[in-house]
Amino acid sequence: MAPVSLIDREFRTVSYVSGPLIFVERPKGVSFGETARITLPDGEVRNGQVLDVSRELAVVQVYEGTSGVDNKATSVRFTGQSPCIDVSIDMLGRVFSGVGRPRDGRPEILPEDTVDISGMPINPYARDKPSDFIQTGMSAIDGLNTLVRGQKLPIFSGSGLPANKLAAQIARQARVLGREESFAVVFVAMGITHKEASYFMNEFERTGALERVVFFQNLADDPTIERIATPRCALSVAEFLAYTHHLHVLVILTDMTNYCEALREVSTAREEVPGRRGYPGYMYTDLASIYERAGRIKGTTGSITQIPILTMPDDDITHPVPDLTGYITEGQIVLSRDLYRRGADPPIDVLPCLSRLMNLGIGPGKTREDHRNLADQLYASYAYGRDLRRLVAIVGEEALTELDKVYLSFADDFEKKFVTQGSANRTIEETLTIGWDLLAKLPEDELKRIKLEYIQKYHPTHRAG
Amino acid sequence: MIQGTISRISGPVVTAEGMRGSKMYDVVNVGTLDLPGEIIRLEGDWAVVQVYEDTTGLSIGEPVKNTEQPLSVELGPGLISSIFDGVQRPLPELAKKSGSFISRGISAPGIPREREWDFEPAIEEGAPVSAGVVIGSVREYHFTHQILVPPGVSGTVKKIRKGRFKVTDVVCELDSGVGLTMLQRWPVRKGRPYVRKLDPSIPLITGQRIFDCLFPLTKGGTAMIPGGFGTGKTVSEQTLAKWADAQVIIYIGCGERGNEMTEVLSEFPELVDPRTGLPLIQRTILIANTSNMPVAAREASIYTGITMAEYYRDMGYDVALMADSTSRWGEALREVSGRLEEMPGEEGYPAYLATRLAAFYERAGRVICLGPDGRTGSVTIVGAVSPPGGDFSEPITQNTLRIAGTFWALDTNLAYRRHFPSVNWIKSYSLYLDSVEEWFSEKMAGNWRELRNKTMYLLQKEVELQEIVQLVGPDALPESEKAILEVTRMIREDFLQQSAYSDTDSFCPLDKQFWMLSTIVAYYEAAEEAMDRGVSLKQISSLPLKAEIARMKEIGDVGQIRELAEKVRAQIAALEVER
Repeated sequence: MAPVSLIDREFRTVSYVSGPLIFVERPKGVSFGETARITLPDGEVRNGQVLDVSRELAVVQVYEGTSGVDNKATSVRFTGQSPCIDVSIDMLGRVFSGVGRPRDGRPEILPEDTVDISGMPINPYARDKPSDFIQTGMSAIDGLNTLVRGQKLPIFSGSGLPANKLAAQIARQARVLGREESFAVVFVAMGITHKEASYFMNEFERTGALERVVFFQNLADDPTIERIATPRCALSVAEFLAYTHHLHVLVILTDMTNYCEALREVSTAREEVPGRRGYPGYMYTDLASIYERAGRIKGTTGSITQIPILTMPDDDITHPVPDLTGYITEGQIVLSRDLYRRGADPPIDVLPCLSRLMNLGIGPGKTREDHRNLADQLYASYAYGRDLRRLVAIVGEEALTELDKVYLSFADDFEKKFVTQGSANRTIEETLTIGWDLLAKLPEDELKRIKLEYIQKYHPTHRAG
Repeated sequence: MIQGTISRISGPVVTAEGMRGSKMYDVVNVGTLDLPGEIIRLEGDWAVVQVYEDTTGLSIGEPVKNTEQPLSVELGPGLISSIFDGVQRPLPELAKKSGSFISRGISAPGIPREREWDFEPAIEEGAPVSAGVVIGSVREYHFTHQILVPPGVSGTVKKIRKGRFKVTDVVCELDSGVGLTMLQRWPVRKGRPYVRKLDPSIPLITGQRIFDCLFPLTKGGTAMIPGGFGTGKTVSEQTLAKWADAQVIIYIGCGERGNEMTEVLSEFPELVDPRTGLPLIQRTILIANTSNMPVAAREASIYTGITMAEYYRDMGYDVALMADSTSRWGEALREVSGRLEEMPGEEGYPAYLATRLAAFYERAGRVICLGPDGRTGSVTIVGAVSPPGGDFSEPITQNTLRIAGTFWALDTNLAYRRHFPSVNWIKSYSLYLDSVEEWFSEKMAGNWRELRNKTMYLLQKEVELQEIVQLVGPDALPESEKAILEVTRMIREDFLQQSAYSDTDSFCPLDKQFWMLSTIVAYYEAAEEAMDRGVSLKQISSLPLKAEIARMKEIGDVGQIRELAEKVRAQIAALEVER
């Protein structure tokens, strides 16, 4: 880039303001993606980024919103830098705004480094295969949809469902078996209410985890567009902690639905051709640039594990936000309103749940040899029991065969004993034992998914005898 | 050289002025960093360029240089077991140059220049050669990498060398003065020439029961695997890449997860091809353009892959190409089209989506290759499709349906109950049934087509019966229909379900598949006959046969399964009517 003097790069040519965008005329020497400082008539300074630039016009998105911007006195100065954030190990235990300014009344951090928030794609060849089993203490996750270090596993929630409680419990209980390693949590709040944010703060405080947490806060009443930068800032900090300071970082992003709304707002203001439900066509790519920042890298000890939380509008899993997320992430944990009403705690509906990396984290030496078979059998039997429930609703329980009645009560017990656990922190052994105890109620030759040798070894009747 | 300047930047799309004289799809270098890009539209003095790297930091007025070459890939020994990005830059080289993260403006040749190969000539001096003639070969892992005269070249051999050469060394000189090296370049958007296409008639055996027995694919055919997230598209693609009986596999991770490519990279060197006994990586080429890598290079990755596939086809090999996922490729088209402010078609996709898809899938086929020996080769394409919300009415699924010969529809409900592969047997189809029938009846004992029809009849019948059961309960069905439900449950659980992670079951040889299915159908036929005699279903069910059938998957010896079929028939036939 040719050096340009500062005078040339300050413009008072704002011609058009629309939603979160301002349009600057004749932006000589401006480059794509650089940041801008916008000075309002009253002296307030805001930050923005160039989204589109031509000889005639530069489109700048303003993170703090455009209220108060005029097209006469407002001046825009382009900095020549892409958006960056100062990072430091001292960020642990601190609270920041959505763009990384201290929000806890304490002084600015002393930066160790300044990094570009958009990050660079990890070379697939440099990635290390995730393989460490993370014990979350939750049976529905550990037993059936195992979380592995370096994975991105979202929670699909509905409005009013206790996703926050689950996320807090996972953050509290998660550990890798047999090792004590330094970890950190980067918590990213996007558009959540003050009450929800303080719930997490209290949780972290209560469990003494607060000094290991970097808290990014963009609350519901903060500028919407700031949300576009928030996850990127937070992940840059996470990458710094993971790959420079070799920490195992768990990133919790809540709520991704709010992030996507901000994306839609910008897209609409740019008058782009909308995709499904008005969300932009590039939302998949945009979300991928966030989620794909999870992982492990060969030759470093740190890792980034992501748990994004999102709200399915109207509990619809085919809505673009959960749909595109599901296509990028390595599985999903789905909460169900139906189970919540039935009193399951956590109300995880295991059928639509999935962990794609489960096989990398389980088996002999990691959890136990029978884990895969047991999980498959629990799934198959529970799915069959659930089908019968629908049948019973129509024809009544009397019409069922004896065997089907056993399956029906298996499905009930599964929800009550396996999925429901309240605040208990179960070890993987406990989880597997509960699973076997439930399966013991089914006839042994129904256990087709389990190898004979495992039945001989782990089935309660054989174990007892 | 045509050189212009940047006049607009919008994401991956850059407009340059002063580009008059450029051709469509010329490769250009954009800005002071020389980012590679391709011209996708010309308007008077302007050229619109899609850039294969992140455009952040580019400014108005920076130079744009036209290389006046179309986007091409390098072809030659050294491709196998490599991993490339969408524009054929080897990822290990990029990692050496820029570390674990991919930075911009790095270039590296697709084929290593330093490595030497033992070239074994196949023709003599004085021989006339034309396009497609094999001039010699080198050993690339276990197989013979033929060095061919490139299309458009002919003459008489003046000199041919034997010995160790680098890919850029001249190994053969023609009297016209042309020097042939082992390295060729080919523009990716143009199919490589062949003599003519043949009808596909040989099935591509995949070792997957539902694919081989019920919905077969052919060598040179096309298949699509659509399914919502979590239905196992990627696992299916990877399973096919592992076990399909092709000599070369091209695996394109197009806009998908980084960790998945890592899995392939770490698994394939350890897994062994059941047919050759060699590590699978020694027949595989990987192209990885993960979802967070630049979107325009994602569009190119599909073409890079198919061109490599055609190159190996031309040597007379059977090549299978896995594209995961073509939806991401379509979305890349849509994103670029949106930036061009083109009039959108359905769901914002450009109107030329169908044409582009068809052009890609039509590059598959079994062909007679160029050259006097009439050798045949094939390219099979298996494309995964990721319909939003699992809704098959969306444009990419619908447009692909019109072209693909085999349709393997993945079903979310089957996936939820961990029935894998979650291929819906009612919705799926194969248009190749008639073409492969002859091959099956030659190679297999018994009548495959009859067995398949019987199975499909039972599965269809099950759907009807399930509807009745939903209304009145299972007790209302007559014995004969209950027997059908019992047998279809066997077909579903003991035959169609196949674990990609089991050591014994992830690959199922064709004769084993055949005998497994025969055993289950034998059970049905024997039961039907016995019930005609007056034997009750309960008597049949209480025989200890079902558990044995359920364990067939884990049996390695086909003879045992064949015996089981006999045993099933004999035991049921021996039942006497209870008074």
